[in-house]
Formats: sequence, C-alpha cells, structure tokens
Amino acid sequence: MTKRRLIVALGILGLAAALGIAALAVRYGGGENEAALQPVDIGGPFTMTDQNGETVTEQDLLGHPSLVFFGYTFCPDVCPSTLAEIAGWLDTLGEEGKDLAVYFVTVDPARDTAEALGQYAGYFSPRIVALRGNANQTAEIAASYKAYYKRIEMDDGTGDYLMDHTAAVYLMKSDGTFFDAITFTATPEEAVAKLRRLIAAS
Amino acid sequence: MRFLRPLALVLVLMATGGVASAHEFEIGDLELDHPWIAEPPPGAPTAAGYLEITNESDAADRLIAVRCVFARKAEIHEVTIDAAGTMQMRPLPDGIEIPAGGTVTLARGGYHLMFMHVAERPVAGDMIPVTLIFEHAGEIDVMFSVQKPGMQDDDHMDMDMDMDGTMEMESGQ
Repeated sequence: MTKRRLIVALGILGLAAALGIAALAVRYGGGENEAALQPVDIGGPFTMTDQNGETVTEQDLLGHPSLVFFGYTFCPDVCPSTLAEIAGWLDTLGEEGKDLAVYFVTVDPARDTAEALGQYAGYFSPRIVALRGNANQTAEIAASYKAYYKRIEMDDGTGDYLMDHTAAVYLMKSDGTFFDAITFTATPEEAVAKLRRLIAAS
Repeated sequence: MRFLRPLALVLVLMATGGVASAHEFEIGDLELDHPWIAEPPPGAPTAAGYLEITNESDAADRLIAVRCVFARKAEIHEVTIDAAGTMQMRPLPDGIEIPAGGTVTLARGGYHLMFMHVAERPVAGDMIPVTLIFEHAGEIDVMFSVQKPGMQDDDHMDMDMDMDGTMEMESGQ
C-alpha cells in the first residue's frame, strides 16, 4: 500500500468522519480496485457459538443494530477497557439503546473456553454475547469483518503468547451492513453520538 | 458558576491532599503517583497495573523490572494501536526510560505492568504489594490499589480551574 493510494483512499471516503473506517478498509481491502475500499465490504457470513452453546450466524445480526468487537480474555488492557466502555455506553443510552446487540468475538479460541469467555464478557454486561468458534470459524468471521489477528509467541520459553488484533468496535446496521467504527481513542461522548446515529440509521 | 467556588476549593483540597498523597511513593528523586491495578474479570489470567512516574533528578533513570507475588510472571509491556486500528502488545525487555525532570505515565492503551498467571484474583478495594526495580534508584515496594476497570486511568475527578474560578470537572472516562 503506497502512501499515495492511502491519500486517494482517504479522499474517496471523506476525511475525518471516515478515518476509522478508511483505515480498516484500506488496510484489509487489499485489492487493486477501489471497490475494495467500500466500507460496505465489512460484515458477512460467520458461524460461531455463544456462551450458552447457541449457534450465532450473520442472520442473528439482522433486525437490530449491533456492535462487534474482537479480543481475547488474556488481554489485560485494551479488551477490558473497551468492554467496560461499551457497558458504559449501554448505560448512558438506557432505553434508547435497548435493541443494540453486543458481540465479543475471541481471536484466541485455543485458550478462551466458552465458560471463560462467558464469565469474562458477563462481568462487564449481561448483554454482551461472547462468540467463540474453532480455528476455521474464527478465520471466517475475521475475514468477513476484515479484522486482523495474529498470534505472537513470547520468547521466554514459557509457551505464553500474545494476540495482535483489530481493536476498533464495529457498528453494524439492522440490515447487517457496516455503518461506522469506534476507535480506542474515542471519548464516551463521541462514541454515544455515533451509537445514536447508528440507531437512527437502523 | 460563582456559587461553586467554595465547593471547588474543598474538592481541590481533597484531590491534592487526601486522595493523592494516599497513593504517592518516593524513592530518591522518583515520585510514583497513583499506582493501581484494574480489577480483572473473574477467571481472567492476566491483570494490568498503571501509575505515573516522575523523575525529579537531572539524570535519566529506567524502570527495568517488576516483581510481585500475586502473579507468576510480571513484565513491562507496551500497547500500540496503529492507523489501521490493530492493537499490538509487546514486552519491553529494556524497560521504560524516565527522562530527567520528566514524567512517564503508564495508562490504558500505552505502557502497563503486565501480570500473568494471576494466582489470586485482585478484587476492587484490595491493596497489592508490587516491587518496581529502577536501574539507578533501585527497588521500591509500592502498594497498588485495585479498582474497577470502568474507572479509567484515575480514581478521582480531573479538575481544572479557569481564570474566573469556574470549575470544570470530568470523570476519568
């Protein structure tokens, strides 16, 4: 990806408002044509299992606005902060946000059991649906959302590893299409304003 | 907002007196402010610790290691989030430089103390002893207060007074 293409891409999508989306789409779109830069490409098929053992697919995202966030339970900083913030947004929205569904997708199914994942997500809000799949299913949902994740081994002989992953919160409309993203640096006011726009557009 | 002035004064005194000093540690020319650990969710195997380190001397120092008993492994980590929104967390084997006369803040989305294989879950309200090891200043035992993760980076309100005495408060969020 050259710098010039990035600038072109930003120009196409419009500057500040689309910065988060552009960054996601530009990084993971990857194709030669500009259609790959369309945010509409984010979202798509997946088959995962929630903390209660129920199957969840892209069909379950239809009919209500949704938030989708990728992470893992060994993550001590960005993941718990983001989930705590999401819980705060839901509190702030109250009745207004009652139809908003929240999905926390593990990028580390090897260590995150369904039970651990459910406990982790439930700690922040009972409304967070924790999604887990096998390696292939995880790759499928990440591909659908143009989400990046990578296992990083720690070279201290312990076998411990870390996960790099996309840290933005995806905002999906009730028709299953991508609306916007909330980045880690967003203030609660900015986040809630975006969620209100998502709800209005759904 | 004139009526708020007495209240503001009281709050400022509380913030600068009671709250802050309860969480300050000093070793030589280093001042360690507001050390805290975010309460991990039940079953979470890791926890993160945060604080602000001020170096009042005219020579740089370096936080090189961290030691504790509540977790089997403790390291210094840095989180970065690139323009594409990808989060990377990496150990810093050389630690963090604390520049002469400077302040380094360990906070969400930046530096943190990484506690792995947590044996006993820290719960909000706990005070947990952690040893910080500096290249020049040596070792210091610090009590970290455990707080709910919803309280971001600080346990008290940030307050600014502008010229006419109007108070602005915002939560740590």
